[in-house]
Amino acid sequence: MSQAELAAGVLETGDLRPVSQFRFLRRLLRRPVAVAAIIIILTIYGAGILAPLIAPFDFDKTDLRNTFASPSSEHWLGTDRLGRDVLSRLIWSAQTTVIISGLTVVGGSLILGVSLGLISGYFVGRVDNVIMRVADALYSVPTFLLILIINATLKARVDSVFRDMEDITGIGGLARSGAPNIFLLSVALSIFGWVGMARLVRSQVLSLREANYVLAARALGSSAPRILSRHLLPQLTNLMVVTITLTLGAVALAEVSLTFLGVGVQDHASFGVMIAQYAGATNVRAHPLLLFAPTIIVALLMLSFNLLGDALTDVLSPRRR
Amino acid sequence: MQGLASYVLRRLLLVPLILFIVSVVTFALGRYAPSDYVEIQAGPSARPETIERIREERGLNDPIHEQYVTYISNFLRGDFGTSVRYRGVDVEDVIFPRLWITLQYNIAVLLLTFVIGIPVGTWAALRRGTWMDPLSIGTFVLFASVPVLVSVPLLQWLFAVQLGWLPTGGWESREILGVEIGLLSAEAILPVMALTLLGVAGLARYMRAQVLDVLDQDYVRTARAKGLNEYPIVTRHVVRNALLPIATLMGFELAALITGSIILETLLGIPGIGLYAYESIGSRDYDSIMAIVLIGAVVFQLAMLVVDVAYVFIDPRIRLSAEASA
Repeated sequence: MSQAELAAGVLETGDLRPVSQFRFLRRLLRRPVAVAAIIIILTIYGAGILAPLIAPFDFDKTDLRNTFASPSSEHWLGTDRLGRDVLSRLIWSAQTTVIISGLTVVGGSLILGVSLGLISGYFVGRVDNVIMRVADALYSVPTFLLILIINATLKARVDSVFRDMEDITGIGGLARSGAPNIFLLSVALSIFGWVGMARLVRSQVLSLREANYVLAARALGSSAPRILSRHLLPQLTNLMVVTITLTLGAVALAEVSLTFLGVGVQDHASFGVMIAQYAGATNVRAHPLLLFAPTIIVALLMLSFNLLGDALTDVLSPRRR
Repeated sequence: MQGLASYVLRRLLLVPLILFIVSVVTFALGRYAPSDYVEIQAGPSARPETIERIREERGLNDPIHEQYVTYISNFLRGDFGTSVRYRGVDVEDVIFPRLWITLQYNIAVLLLTFVIGIPVGTWAALRRGTWMDPLSIGTFVLFASVPVLVSVPLLQWLFAVQLGWLPTGGWESREILGVEIGLLSAEAILPVMALTLLGVAGLARYMRAQVLDVLDQDYVRTARAKGLNEYPIVTRHVVRNALLPIATLMGFELAALITGSIILETLLGIPGIGLYAYESIGSRDYDSIMAIVLIGAVVFQLAMLVVDVAYVFIDPRIRLSAEASA
C-alpha cells in the first residue's frame, strides 16, 4: 500500500498544473511505458469483466482424474491438485479484483473521499478541522491490522445479515456467492481508503475557492452545492484520475493479501486463494509452475499500476525528474 | 523553545488518544461481533451451564463499558487474557517472545534499507541522463512493485529449491549472552532479503527524486559556482537536504513492514507475531487478536512519535514554524 500513498503524497506537495483533459491524455499516450502499463491493466481487468464469457471452466470445477496436468490445448496453464483449470481460476480471480477495487474506488475514493474533500476545503473552519483530524488519525494507525480485525470479527455478522435479507426479499444464493465477504471487504477498505483522495481534493479546493470565477459565481448567488459540483469538481478530474489509478493498485494488493490470510474473499476465486494454495515449501518444490501463474499476474498488475502512476504524476507535474 | 515544547507535548498527547480509539474499536469488534465468543472459549462439547458460568466468571454479563474498563486495566497491568489456540496459556506469555522474533529481523531490515537505499538512490540521481538511468529506475520500480506475497515464494523457489543454498523456512534461535537470537542463522536470510529488497527499491526510488529536486536548488548552484568539489557538495548539501523528506517515509515504511511481516511469516512459517496473528484469526482466538492489534498499534505509535520528534529536531524550518504558530 505504501507506494500508492507515497505517490499520493508526492502529488499533494508537488505543484500540479491544471492540464486540459485532451493534452493530458495525449501526453500520457506518448509514453510507451505508460501505454504498455495501460494495456496490461486493461487486459487483466478486461479478462475479469468478461470472465463468465471467456473462462473455459468454472473456477471450482474439479476433475480428480486429471490432477497436476501439464499445460495442454484443453488446459492452457495445466490443472492443480484438484484438477481445476489454472487459467480459468486466474480469470475468475481477476473478476474478484475488478469487483473489489471497483466497489472500493467508488465507495471510498469517489463518494467518501471526493465529498469529504470538497466539504473540507470549501467550508473551512470547524468542519474542515474535524474531517482532517479524522484523516490524520486514520493515517497514524496500522491500517492493515485494523482491516484484518474488522474482516475477521464481522464476517459472521455480515453473513447472517445477508441470509436474513435473502429470507425477506426471496433472492436466493446471495450469501453463498461470496457477496457478504466482498461487501465487507469493500466497506472496510473504503473506510480507510478515502484519506488520500480527500486530502488531495481539499488542497485543490482551498487554492481554487478564492479564484475569480468562484467568487463571481458566489456573488451571483449560486448555492454551495452548485459551486462545488459545477465549478470546482470539473477542475479536479485529472487529479482524480491519478488518485484512482494509484488506489486501484493498492486496493487490488490489499484484497489479495487479506484473502491470502483467510479473511478476505471466500467462496470465490482470488489470486490470494491461489497463492495460499500453491505456495508453501512442498508445493514450491513439487509444482513451481502452479505458483508462477498467480504470482506473475499479481506482480505484473502491481508493476503496471506503479509505472502508470509514475507516468501520470510526471505528466501532471512536469517539473519533477 | 516554548513552541517546540508545546509541539512535542501536543504530539505526545495524541498517542494515548489514538491508542484509546484503537482499543475501543478492537474491543467492540472483539466483544460484539462473534456471536459465539464463549462457545469458542469453552470448546465444542461444553454444556449450556458451563457456558453460562464462564460468562459470569469472565464478567461478560456486565455492562459493556465496565467490561472495557476491566479489559483495559488488566491489559495495562500486563494481563492480556488467555489464548484459545494455545489452550490455557496466557496471551502475554505467547506474545512477547513472538514480538521479539519479529522485531529482530524488522530492525535488521530497517537498518539495511537505509544503509543501502540512501547511497543507491543518490548514486542513481547523480547518473541522470546516462545509460544507467533507465536501468536503475527500471530496477527500482520493479522491486518496489513486487509485493512480499509474490517475492517470498519466488525467492523461496530460487534459493531454497533450485539452488539449495537456504532453508525453505522456519526460524532457528540460539542463546547468545542469555538472549534468544535467531538473526544470525541461515533461516533469517530469506525474510531479511525479501523485505530489504522491497524497502531499498522504494527508498532508492524516492531518494533519487529528492536528490534531483535538491540538485536544482540555488544553494547547490552557489556551491558549485564558488568552486566546491563535487564530493562535499553531494555529501554536505545535497544528501542532507534530500534526507529531510525521507523521514516522513518512515511511517509508510513501518506500515509496510507490519503488513509484510504478517504475510512473510505465514509464508515461511516464522513463529513471530505475524504468524501468531494469522493463527489467531484462523482459530478465532479473540483475546490474542485484540492483544496483537493493540501491541501493533503501540509499537507503530512509538515509532511514528520518534520519527516526528526527531524530524522536528533535524529540520530547523519546522522548528521555527512550530514556534511561530505557537
